[in-house]
Amino acid sequence: MKETPLSNVERDFLLAAIRSGKRIDGRDTYDYRNIKITFGLERGCCEVQLGQTRVLAQVSCEAVEPRNARPTEGQLYLNLELSPMASPGFEPGRLSEYGVELNRLLERCLKDSRAVDMESLCIVAGEKVWQIRVDVHVLNHDGSILDCGSIAAIAALSHFRRPDVTVVGETVTIHTPEDRDPVPLSVHHMPVCISFAFFEQGKYLLVDPTFKEESVMEGNMVMAMNAHRELCTVQMTGGMLLLKDQILRCSQIAVIKVAEVTELIKKALSNDAKARSEGKKCGYAESLPRRRITTSVAEPQRVDTTKSVEMAQDVIDRADEPVQDLDVKSTLLDAGFRGIGEGAANTWLIPDAENEVEEDEDEMEDADEEEEVDAMDDGTSDVAARRNQTSVSQTRVAEGYHSDSSEEAETVTLNEEVLGGYKRPPVDPSADLDLSVALKTSQIVSSTSGPPAKKKTKRKGKKNK
Amino acid sequence: MESSDMNDSGLRTAGSEQNLLSRPDGSATFTQGDTSVMAAVYGPADVRQNKEIIDRATVEVIYKPKSGMPGIREKSKEQLIRNTCETVILTAMHPRSSITIVTQEVQDSGALLACCINASCMALMDAGVPMKCLVAAVTCMLDSEERLVLDPTDKQAKDALCLATFAFDSTNKKVVTSTFQGSCTMQQYQSLLASCQTASQKVFDFYRTSAERRLAKS
Repeated sequence: MKETPLSNVERDFLLAAIRSGKRIDGRDTYDYRNIKITFGLERGCCEVQLGQTRVLAQVSCEAVEPRNARPTEGQLYLNLELSPMASPGFEPGRLSEYGVELNRLLERCLKDSRAVDMESLCIVAGEKVWQIRVDVHVLNHDGSILDCGSIAAIAALSHFRRPDVTVVGETVTIHTPEDRDPVPLSVHHMPVCISFAFFEQGKYLLVDPTFKEESVMEGNMVMAMNAHRELCTVQMTGGMLLLKDQILRCSQIAVIKVAEVTELIKKALSNDAKARSEGKKCGYAESLPRRRITTSVAEPQRVDTTKSVEMAQDVIDRADEPVQDLDVKSTLLDAGFRGIGEGAANTWLIPDAENEVEEDEDEMEDADEEEEVDAMDDGTSDVAARRNQTSVSQTRVAEGYHSDSSEEAETVTLNEEVLGGYKRPPVDPSADLDLSVALKTSQIVSSTSGPPAKKKTKRKGKKNK
Repeated sequence: MESSDMNDSGLRTAGSEQNLLSRPDGSATFTQGDTSVMAAVYGPADVRQNKEIIDRATVEVIYKPKSGMPGIREKSKEQLIRNTCETVILTAMHPRSSITIVTQEVQDSGALLACCINASCMALMDAGVPMKCLVAAVTCMLDSEERLVLDPTDKQAKDALCLATFAFDSTNKKVVTSTFQGSCTMQQYQSLLASCQTASQKVFDFYRTSAERRLAKS
């Protein structure tokens, strides 16, 4: 799917607003949107909302062989996924150019700044190290994906606990969480990305641009910084030149914003730790905002399954009967050839053939129909006549579905010829249903009496629908 | 940590939030106990030429696991959700267009497939995609003592003899989808099916209350 392009009027409006120092969501130029950090039930799972932008990060770990060049260091993998959920422009599977750029920036922000201590992830030098994998899923793209993604990734890394390991001689034991408490990763510092958008050759600057602002900006700058005022990454894209003063001003803004964000992450982490130690419920299910009209919660509900067992028995009782009746005797015709249901007409090329199977399955209807035939043979029952009429009218509707209705008529006459002298045995609904009898009777039904046969066509039509 | 110790014969706490993402045409999260899935729907929108069907809409489902790359298991899940949703969507209303459903695993604590289907259905409702009926999926299993457990958690599912997920439509409560792992007798299968059918009503009731809540005047 393609991204819906921004209309010219919208673009002009946005730019005019920015020129007069206003933003469409009512923020000031240096304002950040609201940040909401939620931790999942699992360790290392974190969802961050930055205004409407939403990112989900999940950390996982695996014991792998280290790289030859660095035998005593663990590995950190960052994988930023631009899920098609986030924007119609994002394709599933392959990473777009934009995705690669964001992924690399996130890598520079977290991995190259050595935010996570790699040497503590070593289990046995040169043999086994921990590989930490961070999957960052963008769920909704409303600008500043990197700001949101970096918060989610670093919060998830700080929240994550890896299994404890003991090494005795040559043997390595990885303890289960029940066995020994998992250990946290050693996170040295928390770098956070801050995005700036520039307009008109850097004349106007916006912090934390939304998606619409991003689509009209001339260039942007991403600055990664930690709470100790250490710059981790600076990147500038877009065709414009900036003055030294502007970059310094951006770093001043970043210092303030990063301090706020780091505070928020730490608060969220301590809240979660408190909730966990007190044994309170945590996870997304608990963090649903219950007061909105778009949310609803239903308490656990008991389901009475006693009746279901009876129902099941009922189904089986009903289902069993035809299976038993299907026990047809087969006769050896020739070496390697067996025949079943001998004496019945050839049912090949007859469109009704598949209905017979259906009839065997549900004999109730079958019996019904047979009764109907009886009634019509008498030719006295009004009810039957009325039924007859309705079924004819229904057939016309049904015929619309079949292009081969003429062929059907042909086959019916053929049957009549074949079965010319066949006398229908008396049908007793209470009698045991023998397959061969069923086959024969249904043949008769389809050949001798027009309307019920047509009724079958109607049923078939339904089925084919 | 497990919140549902009583779910031997019942469904876990159900929760949902609709319209939570701004970009997609419809979105929803659905939670069953701790299991949580987010679904988003785009459509009817333009379709790639090679996927275009001239007399109906193409239904695409993308399932995203929380960590790692999607593999065969995820593909099969996508296919199940796709077939289930396509059955209920009136695809003939929007020929030569696409309806894309993206599901994201948020937390797997058992009955993930059922949760995916329910979340997709709520997202389709939110997107206003024409459907002939709603669909609800329920998972149930037989534990090692052959007792029936509805909506099992992942811990319970570990020692399951068999695990089944059924999806039902809202008008006739007939089976739309059935998947099965493990083995059991026909009697047991029928009773699993019948109890899921009974339980699906609770999910439909939940859909109704959440729709009523959204559309209520006050």
